[in-house]
Amino acid sequence: MSPQVLEIVVWVIKVHVIFVAMTAVAALTTLAERKVSAWMQYRHGPNRVGPQGILQPLADGVKFIFKESLVPDGANKWMFRIAPALAAMPAMLTVAVIPFGPDVTLFGVTTPFSITDLDVGVMYILAIGGLSVYGVIVGGWASNSKYSLLGSLRASAQMVSYELSLILAILAVVAVSGTLDLREVVMQQKTLGQWNIFYQPVAFVLFLIAAFAETNRHPFDFAECEPELVSGFHTEYSAMRFALFALGEYCAMIVMSSLAVTLWFGGFSVPFMPEAHWAIGIAAFCAKVTFFLFLFLWVRWTLPRFRFDQLMNLGWKVMLPIALVNLFLTGAVISYAPQLKALWPQVAAVWNGGR
Amino acid sequence: MTSHVFEYTRGGNNEPVPDSDDPVHGKPMLVNMGPQHPATHGVLRLVVELDGETMHSIDPDVGYLHRGKEKTCESLGWHKFFPHTDRLDYVQPLMNNCGYALACEKLAGITVPQRGQDVRVLLMELSRVMAHLIYIGTTSIDLGAVTIFFYAFRMREEIYTILDAYSGHRMNNTYVRIGGVYADVDDTVEALIEKFLAETPARIDEIEKLLSANRIWYDRNRGVGVLSVADCKRWSLSGPNMRGSGLAFDLRKAQPYSGYETYDFDIPVGTVGDAYDRYLVRMEEMRQSIRICRQAIERLKKTKGEDVLVEDRRYVLPPKGAVMSSMEELIAQFKIVSDLRLPKGEAYHAVESSKGELGFYLVSDGTSRPVRCHIRAPGLMNVQAIPVLAKGRLLSDMVAIIGGLDFVMGEVDR
Repeated sequence: MSPQVLEIVVWVIKVHVIFVAMTAVAALTTLAERKVSAWMQYRHGPNRVGPQGILQPLADGVKFIFKESLVPDGANKWMFRIAPALAAMPAMLTVAVIPFGPDVTLFGVTTPFSITDLDVGVMYILAIGGLSVYGVIVGGWASNSKYSLLGSLRASAQMVSYELSLILAILAVVAVSGTLDLREVVMQQKTLGQWNIFYQPVAFVLFLIAAFAETNRHPFDFAECEPELVSGFHTEYSAMRFALFALGEYCAMIVMSSLAVTLWFGGFSVPFMPEAHWAIGIAAFCAKVTFFLFLFLWVRWTLPRFRFDQLMNLGWKVMLPIALVNLFLTGAVISYAPQLKALWPQVAAVWNGGR
Repeated sequence: MTSHVFEYTRGGNNEPVPDSDDPVHGKPMLVNMGPQHPATHGVLRLVVELDGETMHSIDPDVGYLHRGKEKTCESLGWHKFFPHTDRLDYVQPLMNNCGYALACEKLAGITVPQRGQDVRVLLMELSRVMAHLIYIGTTSIDLGAVTIFFYAFRMREEIYTILDAYSGHRMNNTYVRIGGVYADVDDTVEALIEKFLAETPARIDEIEKLLSANRIWYDRNRGVGVLSVADCKRWSLSGPNMRGSGLAFDLRKAQPYSGYETYDFDIPVGTVGDAYDRYLVRMEEMRQSIRICRQAIERLKKTKGEDVLVEDRRYVLPPKGAVMSSMEELIAQFKIVSDLRLPKGEAYHAVESSKGELGFYLVSDGTSRPVRCHIRAPGLMNVQAIPVLAKGRLLSDMVAIIGGLDFVMGEVDR
């Protein structure tokens, strides 16, 4: 096999493995959502399909496929049909550049465990992730329902406002790392002391809050906001089209968790084991992502929901100034105090106990 | 009504109609919420006029659950109306039972034995806790705190277990009669209630820990739906809504019935009169109710074996065993079931229900059916306040306002 063909074969395999894993994890997250909420609420959760309800997502999928997919009268038929795909696609596309693990060696072939390593990976994620608002706004508008329209307007305003803080928070990390390549960012965080969380904690908190808003998750789930808007932008959707919206939301959660892990928590690097086997690296990455996914669920089932104007106030009047100041300080430290930057490895060494 | 603040006309408002060519505001959008809508607590329909997210006007449309309860009372007769009172405010059936029974007793001029009164107080206070738990559960789920809903309903479930052990029913118990209560609280029920009273305060604290100091909860409720005491009087609001505004008016203290004057409890009041104050008042009222329940249980322990039903063969059914063996008792049974008559006259009695003043106004011409039965449902007054409170607020505030006012449509529409 010529190297080119081998490369293509490996690439196709990687795409399939990662895409299938992603969808499976998204499905499992829906199960986790129901199980975790049940445990928090003295309930059992789904436990009929398979052992402990583990096959529930499968049953849901079958149900979604066989349900009738209604298109309401007066809806813009094409827009209505396209919107779920628009909602699900960006989250799935962004998976492409996330480094899930170190170089993997299988059957004598060594390849990095990610679909591709773009040298502008961060930018790619932000650019594609920004498209996810279209699915929401098109879906809400095309439904020809007042609830949907209100929901989608809220969602778009919210996503646009929080994207600014999100980008500024990520930029601060990029400034520290000096690269837009996500794998490179991970490579710089090989040991615990090098994790960006210790250099950019403020940016992380901002990112986390903005990530909740970006994915339309509680306490920022105005797009859905059941008690006011029935179900928000997907009120009129049913069957697989509805499922695609849900899939998009859960994939976005996974991407945001992966991004937090990659940028702040050393990605696939294992603390105190800089030269760990690739399998351990992937496992560490999964464990870290699982924690953040749990955080998403934990917050959803604990907190009340913001009011829309309070959310906008928080985004524009609190988070954006903090993000700007944080970025400015980061830039100032990097530019005007190079000796301080030279000191950072020593600080890291202290963190590592002189390792 | 003279004040322009409270002027409210159906389907519109007094502000100039926005210009439809105005690029910023345009035409207001009419949104129909309910009768099937997640936040309307049953079958309330709200016609909301929206300018963006701001509510121009809001028009509650009640009556979807109207079953003609007052007329039913007038055609069924005195005794047979009891099961129907359960279905007024169906989250606190025994409270409604007691309210109706007290009005009938006032008309008949009979006094309930001490133990019967204590059992009633116990049942009424349990009902109050039950109803307030519904309030906190539904309001929190409306404001997005879904888990609180389950915490509240779990506690409520335990009261249902108690009532199930007591009456054999979870809901719609119908265990109050003219002249007392149908059955005594036995040792099993007493033990269940004591267990509940011991466990519940900690659980109420748990809910308060999750909500009271929670910044999001505070922001969603503070300053939303502010009512002054004058507004409350003008709109006939009573109960926790009025106490939230700062007036310590409680019928249990103001016009004591069933021996409430002998119980030791406090009336919590708010300061601002917003949804947050109403929430605090209700949380504290649950604790006070538990306090009253503890005292009632202590009294029941002392009066074991005494009558819970007055011995008056004009109004009260004889014991079943006696009916089987004695001719006089059989006649009394037949008379009461078929033709229970209350003396000529009229009577109004109000109890402090979880929603406010729940009053029954009964007019009798001496026959077996009331000439007029009017139910003063506090929930209806609470619904009246929605347009006033919601006007000019954001759509999201509507759920906080509705939740904070607390009403049950079974009672509003009756």
